[in-house]
Amino acid sequence: MKSAPLLALLLVAGCGAAATPVPLVPRESPRPILPPPPWQAKVSEAEGYEMKPLAPPPAIVIRGATLMLGTGRTIAKGTIILDKGKIAVVAEGDLPAPAGAVVIDGTGKFVTPGLIDTHSHLGVYAQPGVSAHDDGNEMTDPVTPQAQTVDAFWPQDPSIERAVAGGVTAIQVLPGSGNLIGGRAVTLKLRPGLSPREMHVSGAADGLKMACGENPKRTYGGKQRAPMTRMGNLALQRTAFLRAKKLQEQWARWREQESTRIEADSKKRAVWESKRDERVQRAAWCKANEEPDPCESWRHKWAETPNEEPQPSEPIVTPDRDPGTETLVGALEGRVLVHVHCYRADDMLAMIALSDEMGFRIRSFHHALEAYKIRDRLATRQIAVSTWADWWGFKMEAYDGIPENAALVHEAGGRTIIHSDSEEGIQRLNQEAGKALASGRRAGVALTDDDALRWVTMNPAWALGVDHRMGSLEPGKDADVVLWTRNPLSVYALAERVWIDGFPVYERGKPHWSDFELGQTIESPMPPAVPALLGGIGGAK
Amino acid sequence: MAEPARAQPRKPVAVAKPAVVLKPAKAAAKEEAGPVVAYAGATVHLGNGEVIQDATVVIANGKITQLGKGLAAPGGATLLPAKGMVITPGLVDALTSIGLIEVDLESSTRSDHQLAVSNDSVHAGFRAADAYNPASTVIAVARSEGLTSAGVIPTGGLISGQSAWVDLDGATAEEAIAQAPLALHVHLDSDAAGDGAGHGTAILKVREAFDDARTFQKSKAAWERNQTRRFAPSRLDLEALASALDQKLPVVFHVDRAADILAVLNLAREFKLRPVIAGGAEAWKVAPQLAAAKVPVFLFPLQQPSSFDALGAREDNAALLDKAGVAVGISTGETHNARKLRQEAGNAVRSGLPYEAALAAITRVPAEALGLGARYGTLAVGKTANLVVWSGDPLEIGTQVLDLVIRGHRLPLRSRQTALLDRYRRLPR
Repeated sequence: MKSAPLLALLLVAGCGAAATPVPLVPRESPRPILPPPPWQAKVSEAEGYEMKPLAPPPAIVIRGATLMLGTGRTIAKGTIILDKGKIAVVAEGDLPAPAGAVVIDGTGKFVTPGLIDTHSHLGVYAQPGVSAHDDGNEMTDPVTPQAQTVDAFWPQDPSIERAVAGGVTAIQVLPGSGNLIGGRAVTLKLRPGLSPREMHVSGAADGLKMACGENPKRTYGGKQRAPMTRMGNLALQRTAFLRAKKLQEQWARWREQESTRIEADSKKRAVWESKRDERVQRAAWCKANEEPDPCESWRHKWAETPNEEPQPSEPIVTPDRDPGTETLVGALEGRVLVHVHCYRADDMLAMIALSDEMGFRIRSFHHALEAYKIRDRLATRQIAVSTWADWWGFKMEAYDGIPENAALVHEAGGRTIIHSDSEEGIQRLNQEAGKALASGRRAGVALTDDDALRWVTMNPAWALGVDHRMGSLEPGKDADVVLWTRNPLSVYALAERVWIDGFPVYERGKPHWSDFELGQTIESPMPPAVPALLGGIGGAK
Repeated sequence: MAEPARAQPRKPVAVAKPAVVLKPAKAAAKEEAGPVVAYAGATVHLGNGEVIQDATVVIANGKITQLGKGLAAPGGATLLPAKGMVITPGLVDALTSIGLIEVDLESSTRSDHQLAVSNDSVHAGFRAADAYNPASTVIAVARSEGLTSAGVIPTGGLISGQSAWVDLDGATAEEAIAQAPLALHVHLDSDAAGDGAGHGTAILKVREAFDDARTFQKSKAAWERNQTRRFAPSRLDLEALASALDQKLPVVFHVDRAADILAVLNLAREFKLRPVIAGGAEAWKVAPQLAAAKVPVFLFPLQQPSSFDALGAREDNAALLDKAGVAVGISTGETHNARKLRQEAGNAVRSGLPYEAALAAITRVPAEALGLGARYGTLAVGKTANLVVWSGDPLEIGTQVLDLVIRGHRLPLRSRQTALLDRYRRLPR
């Protein structure tokens, strides 16, 4: 057999049509590439359900306002144009408006990117705070990575529109910190919707909420369950990630075995196909040439060893589905961004060591009141710090909080974020950034107003993995924009108008949109059920 | 190198720049005869709505001794040029538990409530003054944002006890406390109602307590001889309730729902109490009734619709009440976050409360509503010298405290937080 190809080639070269047929050699097939399982392919459980506007929003032109870009640059008197849901133009001076655009005089006012809160429980701890609204902490087990806030978020929480009235356009909705691993967080835009899936920032990866320190051990220690100590905290977290690594290995092994199987099947079939084709060709040649030799021996061989079509082998069984552990695998593989609730410096360093050991990256620490003590290390590792301006003392691990924390992290080259963790604080993120700025300046940290603005825009956008499309006033980015009555770092500043993806979602003095507040004897006239802010839903504008 | 202590007010980097930087305060001497100090050239908000430009404020023996436009400082006074600065009365949060709570979640550090020894929710006899800790780290932090006094309140239960007015200085509780008992505190908000009793039961129990106290008052001798019917509250509870019936103690009702506020007004009429409404999320709904009854309201400007009782919470609650003629006090209702008091007042201004009314809400109104108007709340000759020198508008975020005076003593603006800052201002690595 070995010399057959060469012989065949010589025959082909010398004798033209009468040559014996060329035996076919099976090609080397490339190793098959298996598609990822569907649970890995999706960045978020909400992906694919986002609300699509039926028609693009009208172009908006704001002239004469101070534009704080969130890029480090401020334009004292500029023009910003929003078009087709994106920021189209950001420029100095007055620019002509495109035809059909809504023109707004921003003289004396300020324009900023929409504010982003990395730490919110809106919708999962909705107002009013009745027991039925406790949907944020699945405290039946300290490790619940399978829980997802997207499954609990109530889009009628009246706090949502109040946050928008404070200039907030996007939030990360986190599970609470009662658990060591609380579950998946989801990133939403605060446009009115009937489900959080409709509000999801398309393409935004889910977060994973972890917690260290007092809360988990208090929650479970009190029930005589693990964890009762910080030792238990780390032990259970380590165990959970080891389980994830095991699942990761099982999948790797499955992929290896399944690839090998598919490859082997494919090779067998290739051999069969080439043999089949060769026999067909030779049979045709024999028929045409009616030469006994070598046809006789071929026929004899064909009869002796029939070329049977190989059947595909059984697929290798996949590892068992386990959404929680799969989420942790996502964290290990960087598909799910890890946010860790931690206060004390030593707790944060313990979590960093755990992340090194297990091989995941911490995207941000939340609360992090002692970040200032380890700010150089956090900066080196590019771990963002989401914190408050001045909260402290409400528990032991918050005892060393100082109002300069945010500014000191910034000064060290870290990514400072001011978060709320509060339905009240989220309405005043701009003021909280202003306070942290004032505290920093008092301590001699050189800071600009735009630095403080970035603590509630660009830096949170980075922590949530959406900085390529949100967080600053730059052409091409989403038109999530706030018009303020004055510098937003002032206590007196009010958001006057807010746009999300170019659609107006808030205008001062306009009624509430939450269904819950309909028909209550509260301040406002009766609002429509769902305002027609996005084309196609609800009633008249 | 540690940064210099914050007692030396620094030039702010980019906020409104004071024309002159004050010399550092020395650690306050504790003798009653305080130093003689004169601030000259400041814009002074008296707390009663009046503003004096280029004013001189002279302090001696813990009191304000002179106050007026362009006055010359008396001989021997330490002259502190304050041109470009703003002086206000010291800020007061009338509803905080400073000195009673060191760490909220550590019960061993809390003394703000009487632990339930029975199912009884009436703790009228409990006195905040008995538990006030002048060494609490929260005190200096509150001072750093301009607070000089606090209404230190007990919490928990239906009738949680008696508050105390403290000045945020002093090595002992006796030194710090200016008035105790200050007021009796009754909780009819959703916390109390949420104990399972409901609003009706809560009001019933309060009525029963006052009714028992009234009978107790009239038949004390018989009670001593064990010749009266049984009373629901204990003897010390009855004594405290009786002081409220005598109008010696104002009664602060913590209540949010409009309907409950009206119920409180009726209860107050029934027992001839001196009521103050605290919280009052829906007080704006009954503003005319509150104005007619001359009942002050201490509210939280950042109140959310956090319960069904507070569904009508709105940002302009203070503005609407003020417009209706109600005396409005502003409080944080918090302990560690009492430092946010001026920010909360700023938010009330943002929502329409006139500026001077907002300043009064954190100075004069709480003092007057709690019966301390003669000594506290405004800057006037003869009043306790509690004042704050600011780099600018005290309600604005970027403004800083440059100097703070309590009972005539300039206190260094240091706290455990500034000590931490000093230690970590430069990292040792």
